[in-house]
Amino acid sequence: MTYDAGNFDVIVIGAGHAGVEAANASAKRGAKTLMLTLNLDMIAFMPCNPSIGGPAKGVVVREVDALGGLMGKVIDKTYIQMRMLNTGKGPAVRALRAQADKPLYIQEMKQQLENIDNLTLRQGMVEKLIVEDGVCKGVITETKAAYYAKSVIITTGTFMRGRVIIGDLSYESGPNNQRASVKLSENLEELGFDLVRFKTGTPPRVNSHTIDYSKTEIQPGDENPSHFSYETVEAIVDQIPCWLTYTNEKTHQIIDDNLGLSAMYSGMIKGTGPRYCPSIEDKVVRFHDKPRHQIFLEPEGRNTEEIYVQGLSTSLPEFVQREMLRSIPGLEEAEIMRAGYAIEYDAVVPTQLWPTLEVKNIAGLFTAGQINGTSGYEEAAGQGLIAGINAAAKALNAETLILDRSQAYIGVLIDDLVTKGTNEPYRLLTSRAEYRLLLRHDNADMRLTEIGYRLGLISDKRYNEFIEKQEQVEKEKKRLAKQTIKPSDQLNQLMDNIGATPLKEPNKAADLLKRPEINYVFIEKVTEASMPLPADVKEQVEIQIKYQGYIEKSNQQVDKMKKTENKLIPDNIDYDAIGGIATEAKQKLKKVRPLSVGQASRISGVNPADISILLVYIEQGNVARINEI
Amino acid sequence: MEKDTIAAISTPLGEGAIAIVRLSGDEAVEIANRIFHGKDLMEADSHTIHYGKIIDPTTDQFIEEVMVSVMKAPKTFTRENVVEINCHGGLASVNRLLELALQMGARLAEPGEFTKRAFLNGRIDLSQAEAVMDLIRAKTDKAMDVAIKQLDGKLSKLIHQLRQELIETVAHVEVNIDYPEYDDVEEMSHDMMLIKTKQVYQEVERLLQMAKQGKILREGISTAIIGRPNVGKSSLMNALVHENKAIVTDIPGTTRDVIEEYVNIRGVPLRLVDTAGIRDTEDIVEKIGVERSRQVLKEADLILLVVNHNESLTEEDKKLFELVRDLEVIVLINKTDLPKKIDEEKVRQLANDQPIITTALIEEKGIDQLEQAIADTFFAGELESNDLTYVSNVRHIQLLKQAMDALDEAMTGMTDGMPIDLVQIDVTRAWQLLGEIIGDTVQDSLIDQLFSQFCLGK
Repeated sequence: MTYDAGNFDVIVIGAGHAGVEAANASAKRGAKTLMLTLNLDMIAFMPCNPSIGGPAKGVVVREVDALGGLMGKVIDKTYIQMRMLNTGKGPAVRALRAQADKPLYIQEMKQQLENIDNLTLRQGMVEKLIVEDGVCKGVITETKAAYYAKSVIITTGTFMRGRVIIGDLSYESGPNNQRASVKLSENLEELGFDLVRFKTGTPPRVNSHTIDYSKTEIQPGDENPSHFSYETVEAIVDQIPCWLTYTNEKTHQIIDDNLGLSAMYSGMIKGTGPRYCPSIEDKVVRFHDKPRHQIFLEPEGRNTEEIYVQGLSTSLPEFVQREMLRSIPGLEEAEIMRAGYAIEYDAVVPTQLWPTLEVKNIAGLFTAGQINGTSGYEEAAGQGLIAGINAAAKALNAETLILDRSQAYIGVLIDDLVTKGTNEPYRLLTSRAEYRLLLRHDNADMRLTEIGYRLGLISDKRYNEFIEKQEQVEKEKKRLAKQTIKPSDQLNQLMDNIGATPLKEPNKAADLLKRPEINYVFIEKVTEASMPLPADVKEQVEIQIKYQGYIEKSNQQVDKMKKTENKLIPDNIDYDAIGGIATEAKQKLKKVRPLSVGQASRISGVNPADISILLVYIEQGNVARINEI
Repeated sequence: MEKDTIAAISTPLGEGAIAIVRLSGDEAVEIANRIFHGKDLMEADSHTIHYGKIIDPTTDQFIEEVMVSVMKAPKTFTRENVVEINCHGGLASVNRLLELALQMGARLAEPGEFTKRAFLNGRIDLSQAEAVMDLIRAKTDKAMDVAIKQLDGKLSKLIHQLRQELIETVAHVEVNIDYPEYDDVEEMSHDMMLIKTKQVYQEVERLLQMAKQGKILREGISTAIIGRPNVGKSSLMNALVHENKAIVTDIPGTTRDVIEEYVNIRGVPLRLVDTAGIRDTEDIVEKIGVERSRQVLKEADLILLVVNHNESLTEEDKKLFELVRDLEVIVLINKTDLPKKIDEEKVRQLANDQPIITTALIEEKGIDQLEQAIADTFFAGELESNDLTYVSNVRHIQLLKQAMDALDEAMTGMTDGMPIDLVQIDVTRAWQLLGEIIGDTVQDSLIDQLFSQFCLGK
């Protein structure tokens, strides 16, 4: 027997990195939202590495922030270290990464959520979805509470039929010994979901007091830290360093000798693991001639002595982990506080979803985060945000949001998932983006603030600040395009000082800025800007002028892509009725049900001839209509 | 619908005396006008035909005399602007025309695309829809088939190799980007990348040069016959044409100076050309000057230099020998039926190591030896017909050119000091373009490369 526990617009199952963004976005759009989690003390818990951001992922955090999300704000308030990576390269690949304070992050995130209007937080284990006639209407918890809603979002991460494996020990569990969610997974199977088994892992944590840091290299944060959120104004001053050490021949020998005991190699693990985050035993086996691997020692927070041993993810038995650790310089006396483990879990085959993250076969049901076969907090947050926006849209009959591949890394991520699926836990990489020069860290606000504002996720104050920034950038670009710089002894002396070839002819300031050795600071000095501009405006001006040629090239490619992207496929299309399309392509098209010809062309197994025929078929409908008139 | 302008050769290749290059799309007339000298086509009325010359606007080189039909939308086959350029069927000039149209902004039409456009623009009846789809399918499959067949194993292997070189470089840069703290992968420098890019660039360049060689076999070896008056040039021409049935004959007309005769010499297709009147003009040097004649002769793949057995060598003969030095030449000492007055030793000296054949063309003597010499010249060594690595498909050539441009842009970027991750965009593009030749454009293979090449952690 169940009891009626209440009505909502949107229910979010899970409070991980996808769940919190989903709940936040949904509530901010005005939907009455319920967030159900197994454990209210574990909101936005980081079961793996204590860091947020990095290449591609860091840009996602910026994008989430530009759309009113929480991740950027919360990490900016709680980080222990901030570093801008790839500073020696171009603007497209600059990436911010923070070392997180895990307990503080949880605390801060929980508090943020508790203060959002329209949002209810409740502890509970969902066992079953209420689905009637292909429409999801609510959920039932193990305590027999029935909650009703117009949309439901599942963000259960690695909890679904989770199984932890350490050596030959294996037991049912979510990450970090939390309860696994078994019944919900079974329920999804009953509802006809296609599930896959994935695997991921985490390294041991050791006690900081037992580490000899003198044998390691210090890795400090940036002196002038940048931040994820466009709203953050205050930097954290007392940053904490990480430390770098290396494995050695001895470590590798220990792994070799005990390989048979590794769950990965004994055949105990059936799930597919990620190639980009291999276990240490994988690294040693696959790259046997490498004499050493990097190990980063990363604090898990300010108020804890636990140190995360980055690079040593493993499913070897605990005693081997201990032996292995102790072969590493600085860790000779290290005491393990928690052992590393592998975890297997069920994931939803993501081609079952629309690009809105709604399940194709069950209206009103959305899935987001690691359950969709991704890995990483940032990937989860990006999906959670989109699912939250669209679940609320569904409930409130408001505008939905699908970001395309030229708008955001989030767009690339979701398009990849729903169009191609994935056969390993999916991680964003800069190389997955065709237009990464357009998807920069610095211009996430330029790309998305407008959308965020329109959807009610961004405050008026912030929007006005954004508009002002935009105007300043355009004005300054115009000024530099107009202003001529004439050669003079004084100028050429300045140019000589920075190693630039002297100026012979008068030059537009903008053209001078395009030279590799000239930066905005120099131009600012020699052109006397009317008033000092904010740093982010200067940055925009410099990047937009300096890389104009490449940016234009990317824009042209985007225009080309948009032509097929804007060619929509009618939702009642009957692929079986189309003669010329190859059988394999037909099956794929029927499964993926692409929304546009562009999306169809990205499905593997659908070749250009099939696309041509599809186009003809779609046009045929139009021709028929014209003829009828 | 995409409104770009497409172009293709719309007559069967090498079969008719007339070939047509067809353009369709918004810019069809403009593109044709850029290469056409005669009436301003932009001003031309619809459904009119115009005589004129095709001239390469970048080099001002004369290509062909043509008739151009201008047909404006909507009363055309595709319901778009259509231009048809009619030219004499020599494969070389038709291909050249098509290439020019592509250079001027047209895109090579996909198989069946004219028909597809006709359909999409409502020109073809609805009931034909299924037929159109079948046609596209058939044409695409056939084109794939042909393309794959034309892609000989060696070429495909070579392109795989080049792509591998590029993708390793690209993966290396990607690793630097995605795993910035990963310290045992060397940071890819501009210099390293420049070396790699240059290597591939040169290989692609070489492939394109070989494409020209391949063209020789498909389009015939352009052959010029030169010699003083009355040494027997006409007899030689007649003998070759007579002995070997001409494949295509263009009758010299009032509007054309160029005569082309195709003959098949033991499997070597010979195109006897009269470029700028070389064949008929005895006093070529005097007529157009030494430098210019040398330029003209350079364009020929083979030169048959005829001297008279019955006369001693003149200054003019020596000038001709001078003119063809370092070119592919076969020397004929003709008229052996008449008494010997020539100093053969001297001829040998002048000819360097080029083959010398003695003939009495009037009695049809020595023709066998000549034919053997021609066959030997082109089938000896690297031009062995079944051992060729050459690109012949126009689409492949286009893609190679585009890949070369992309690599060129990458190299410019590197010399300009652009950040490596930007330069790499162009390298990746070159990799994709090369992939299109062998039908492999899957983005995921980059990611596979990343993980197989490097051991990655953080």
